[in-house]
Amino acid sequence: MTSRKIEILVGLFVAAAIAAFFMLAMSVSNMSSYGGGENYEVKARFDNIGGLKVRSPVSAAGVIIGRVKDIQYSNDSYEAIVSMSIESKYNKFPISTSATILTSGLLGEQYIGFQPGYDEEYLKDGDVIDITQSALVLEQIIGQFLYSKADEKKEE
Amino acid sequence: MFNGLIDRIQHLGAVAIGIFRRLGHASVFLLQVIASSAGMLARPRLLIKQLYSVGVQTLVIIVVAGVFVGMVMSLQSYYALVDFGAEDSVGVMVALSLLRELGPVVTALLFAGRAGSALTAEIGLMKATEQLSGMEMMAVNPMQRVIAPRFMAGVISMPLLATIFSAVGILGGYVVAVHLLGLDTGAFWSQSQAKVDLYTDVYNGIIKSVVFGVVASWIAVFEGYDCVPTSEGLGQATTRTVVQSSLAILFLDFILTALMFSK
Repeated sequence: MTSRKIEILVGLFVAAAIAAFFMLAMSVSNMSSYGGGENYEVKARFDNIGGLKVRSPVSAAGVIIGRVKDIQYSNDSYEAIVSMSIESKYNKFPISTSATILTSGLLGEQYIGFQPGYDEEYLKDGDVIDITQSALVLEQIIGQFLYSKADEKKEE
Repeated sequence: MFNGLIDRIQHLGAVAIGIFRRLGHASVFLLQVIASSAGMLARPRLLIKQLYSVGVQTLVIIVVAGVFVGMVMSLQSYYALVDFGAEDSVGVMVALSLLRELGPVVTALLFAGRAGSALTAEIGLMKATEQLSGMEMMAVNPMQRVIAPRFMAGVISMPLLATIFSAVGILGGYVVAVHLLGLDTGAFWSQSQAKVDLYTDVYNGIIKSVVFGVVASWIAVFEGYDCVPTSEGLGQATTRTVVQSSLAILFLDFILTALMFSK
């Protein structure tokens, strides 16, 4: 085989590998959702974050607007401090926006939902969201339900 | 009886010394190969020729194996997941297992069998027919001329092959899931995009395949260079290449997985 032919085949091989990598990056993995754009960071304190993890989505009205960047436990207030990076194009959340930890489906993964408030001032980088609602922990709910049932029985 | 025990211990010691001596030889050999790799920049033709015989000629088996592995994974995970109504996760399952484990590992095993054995046999035969010594007589460094291009071609080809394997495997899984089992196209891709991470999954898989490429090529060229220059020794060296590369790949895969994916 001539060396020209060999070089063409090697070139095709490398090109195929690069195409395969782009396919993996763009359509299989989440690179397209990184956006590559600017982000700003807001924090929120929760009593209980349930199964929330770093890189869990942050959504408003069901649209993903950012991701959880960091989760810390505060020794002073005994709360979890969740840092979220929000895409800069979504910069019109009023300062009284509330953050809730929700579950997608009955047993799905947990995410943070934003419910916008009614203020003139908007959240900016480094702000802390004051109004938060913790995760619903299924075991606690079942436990409360059982206790209330038991109480009802006693009263009868 | 006491003498018998001492003989046993002596034998054990001899085996251990033999293993370490061989390991030392192999390490020095690897350093020599890497040191003489720089000379290849002056002659890229040598590397391209080896990329053809190591990479391009392995491509067919990699693509065929990848498609079938992906299709089988898709089929089997569908049967397991459909009971829980979670059959939309087939895409995630196929993509994650291919990218993290099967892509690098199966590619490396096939690579050791197809390209590694060929490298050992070729270099071993060159040694048996005294071509390597002939080159030295002509003041051509066989390390630079023969060994380094083959080693580097293996190191470069492995990640390329593993990437192609994962990609065609996911496409094969997609064809089975969507066209045979009737899953939704959008669910297949969006579920996998939601769960597969570019850094932890795709990049770590590529790092794995680079490590496997270094190890498999290293073993292949060393066994060829170090073989007993007879037809029997050549056969044994080729067998050793395949067996040792496969074991090393599986063992390293466990270590790399433990380092990369355990949180």
